[in-house]
Amino acid sequence: MKTIDLRGVSCPTNFVKAKLALEMVDAGEGVEFLLDDGEPVKNVPRSLKGEGHKPLGLKEGDGYYTLTIEKVGE
Amino acid sequence: MADDNKTTTIDLNNLKAGGFIKDQGKDLFTVRLRVPGGRMAVPRLKKIAEVAEKYGAGFVHLSVRQSIELINVNFKNFDAVTAELGEGGQKVASCGARVRVPTACGGCEYNPNGLVDTQAAALEVDRTLFGTPTDHHKFKVSFAGCPFDCPKSATNDVGFQGAIWPELDLDDCISCGLCTKSCSEGAIETGEDGKPAFYPDRCTYCGDCVKVCPTDAWKSVKKGYTVRIGGKWGRHPLVGTLFATFLPEDRVVEFIAAVLGWYKEKAAGLGRIRIGDVILKEGPDALLTHLRATFPEYVVAKTIPPQVIETQVGKGQL
Repeated sequence: MKTIDLRGVSCPTNFVKAKLALEMVDAGEGVEFLLDDGEPVKNVPRSLKGEGHKPLGLKEGDGYYTLTIEKVGE
Repeated sequence: MADDNKTTTIDLNNLKAGGFIKDQGKDLFTVRLRVPGGRMAVPRLKKIAEVAEKYGAGFVHLSVRQSIELINVNFKNFDAVTAELGEGGQKVASCGARVRVPTACGGCEYNPNGLVDTQAAALEVDRTLFGTPTDHHKFKVSFAGCPFDCPKSATNDVGFQGAIWPELDLDDCISCGLCTKSCSEGAIETGEDGKPAFYPDRCTYCGDCVKVCPTDAWKSVKKGYTVRIGGKWGRHPLVGTLFATFLPEDRVVEFIAAVLGWYKEKAAGLGRIRIGDVILKEGPDALLTHLRATFPEYVVAKTIPPQVIETQVGKGQL
């Protein structure tokens, strides 16, 4: 699974980068995103769900979060 | 006798609800336009621009309550301005001791946080209650679509804040942990079984859990408005307090009318007084009891008086 590090990237750039990353994988494939606490971890999962993708889980790491998203096709 | 050429005729019916406000300078007025909820169709905006260019000062003012105000309009042009704005479907607003044009956020059609249709509510309140004389003072209403409350609803005489009540269907939960993290209030914690545990007392009804849940295990089971009454700003600010929760969207007009009825009666003889100060005088229980008669399911069991904001100037406080 691909891991995209979005730590230190603020809203909405992190969301746009996540969208671009999901464009590069096939439907059904998962991608991991590393997100800062605060706004990023609140906003990015919800916005990606709003785009039709499927959040699978959120794990707390050492000062950041790992969000797993399954790409949903058109 | 006045010279015929200098006689001015004005249709005074156009002035009944106010909305024409004296500017500095002889014969000059601001014309405040009626823009409920701040939404403006583009053709209407073009018409306003045309009228502003023809009769105004070369600029308009975007008022704090979402109106467009035409500046330095000569009172002799009131009828023409009213008629030409009317061609574009634009009406003049109100001022004085009346129900004002309601303000609202963008609502729920395009804003991802919006929980309720604040735009529809603002239009409906404007249609039914706009300009109603209160006999006492101005009366402001505002609609926020969610607890972010960009319109600052609690600084209005009656302020509405969109709300949903979430409920979890454990069978559909995949223990992803997103709701726990997305809840800003700590109302969802991860239980020992790895499933979310809900603490209802901490919930502010924002719906973030419902919005983030990937499997729709969190569902919205109630939707409506959190209602606060008694707010105002100005020289002596008050923040309104909680009188109802989950008031259905289709009962908003009826609710405001009930609040207005109480205000009109209790403020009689008190002069130019806002409802917040009447509540401070009568105590909030009097208004709760009045509202409970018609809205027993939604009126809260108890509340606190409007909260006084200390401005730290005047009355020798400092």
